[in-house]
Amino acid sequence: MFSWVTPELGHIFFTVFQGLVILFGTVLIAAYLSLIERKLLAWWQDRYGPNRVGPYGMFQIVADMFKMFFKEDWTPPFADKLTFRLAPAIAMGTLLLSMAVIPVTATWGVIDLNIGLLFFFGMAGLAVYSVMFAAWSSNNKYALLGGLRAAAQTLSYEVFMGLALMGVVVQAGSFNLREIVEAQSDLWNIVPQFFGFCTFLIAGIAVTHRHPFDQPEAEQELADGYHIEYSGMKWGMFFVAEYIGVVMVSAMIVTLFFGGWKPLPYLDFIPGFLWFAGKTCFFIMLFVLVRGSLLRPRYDHVMKFSWLVCLPLTLVNLLVTAAVVLLNSPAA
Amino acid sequence: MEILFYMAAAIAIYSTLRVVTGTNPIHALLSLIVSLLSVAVIFFMLGAPFAGALEVIVYAGAIMVLFVFVVMMLNIGPAAAIQERQWLTPKTWIAPAIFSALLIAQMFYLLGKGDWHQAGHTMVDAKQVGVSLFGPYLLVVELASLLLLAALVGAYHLGKRDDQSH
Repeated sequence: MFSWVTPELGHIFFTVFQGLVILFGTVLIAAYLSLIERKLLAWWQDRYGPNRVGPYGMFQIVADMFKMFFKEDWTPPFADKLTFRLAPAIAMGTLLLSMAVIPVTATWGVIDLNIGLLFFFGMAGLAVYSVMFAAWSSNNKYALLGGLRAAAQTLSYEVFMGLALMGVVVQAGSFNLREIVEAQSDLWNIVPQFFGFCTFLIAGIAVTHRHPFDQPEAEQELADGYHIEYSGMKWGMFFVAEYIGVVMVSAMIVTLFFGGWKPLPYLDFIPGFLWFAGKTCFFIMLFVLVRGSLLRPRYDHVMKFSWLVCLPLTLVNLLVTAAVVLLNSPAA
Repeated sequence: MEILFYMAAAIAIYSTLRVVTGTNPIHALLSLIVSLLSVAVIFFMLGAPFAGALEVIVYAGAIMVLFVFVVMMLNIGPAAAIQERQWLTPKTWIAPAIFSALLIAQMFYLLGKGDWHQAGHTMVDAKQVGVSLFGPYLLVVELASLLLLAALVGAYHLGKRDDQSH
């Protein structure tokens, strides 16, 4: 009767189940992050923050979601329809797809790609189109200016984001994120790759357009930049995509520099999943703290900092790492 | 696997045709991006994931961004679409179409001779690409870097301010 229940089928179901759990987990955390961020910023600035809906304002996110769903989803008549509708989907899709290569624990993860890190770069590269298409299709001065800023900024920061991670790749000898985590069994990459970590953190904030790199959507100058013409759920997708970006970059930092699911010494009894989640939460908090405490620099300073400070730093880091690895490896 | 290949190939051909025949430049560029992505899929299926990833990162993720960037700043309105439509007359496309048809005929002839071997039996990963780039093809890499340096100097010259006072 149940002859069709084979181990292969079970395996397929488990894999799909894993993928769905990670997908919904990411989206849920990203959606809830909007509330957590407001709460944290409020506490750090000595305010109450949202505290009306539910205990401690816990259900504020539900109220926000109802509001967004029932808002009129308006497409301006002067907009270019195809690209206008495509842009939010690209924003969310590319970031969620990058989540797929991140190994959560030794056995959990959506896909175990040999070129995992390159896949992440590819998706980060494609994510630029969401901003550019949104900016162009809106047919709006402010949106276009924001889009131009975003495109130039993202391209500049992606150049050294890739180079910053090459030190990690050289040390692990692989683009596979699982192997990169395994290579950190003895020592987390944060110690030998400290400069790689610093530059990747900066690039990660910049490519997700988080404060202090949010010139593309600077409210004071551009009245929200590229998503000025968006409303309703389309705007909601940009909004959630930003938080998915925060979760994804935090998870990526943990995987690449803080040993993923690997525990600290003598704390092996805590399961790997909790280690991964805890470390990721720490970096999400860091993102929020950075937003709450730093000034917004001028746009040309942002570009100058990228090309004159970060790029040389990553190049030197890569050269030194390669030289050290070459010295330590036995002669072929 | 084969059906996936034909699907990716069909998407590549259709979207490339849309690049040529489309009148809206941004939509044409969007089609070109789709075409590049489907070529990347074909690379993945042929066992060259590194080349596929580079296709996405370099072509779709960087070079096409610059194209879109420039077109975004050109302020192209409906007038441009009308002009494009006027340019795309049979007189302009008939000659390239005949030449392309000749090339396709040649390819079919070669395929018909059966003088080919199947691709995709070996996996070409990043290490092999690196070894061959810095082994047998070292001279080509050096020449390409010279070319890039020339482009860099040229771009610097164009971007330099004339007034050096500030």
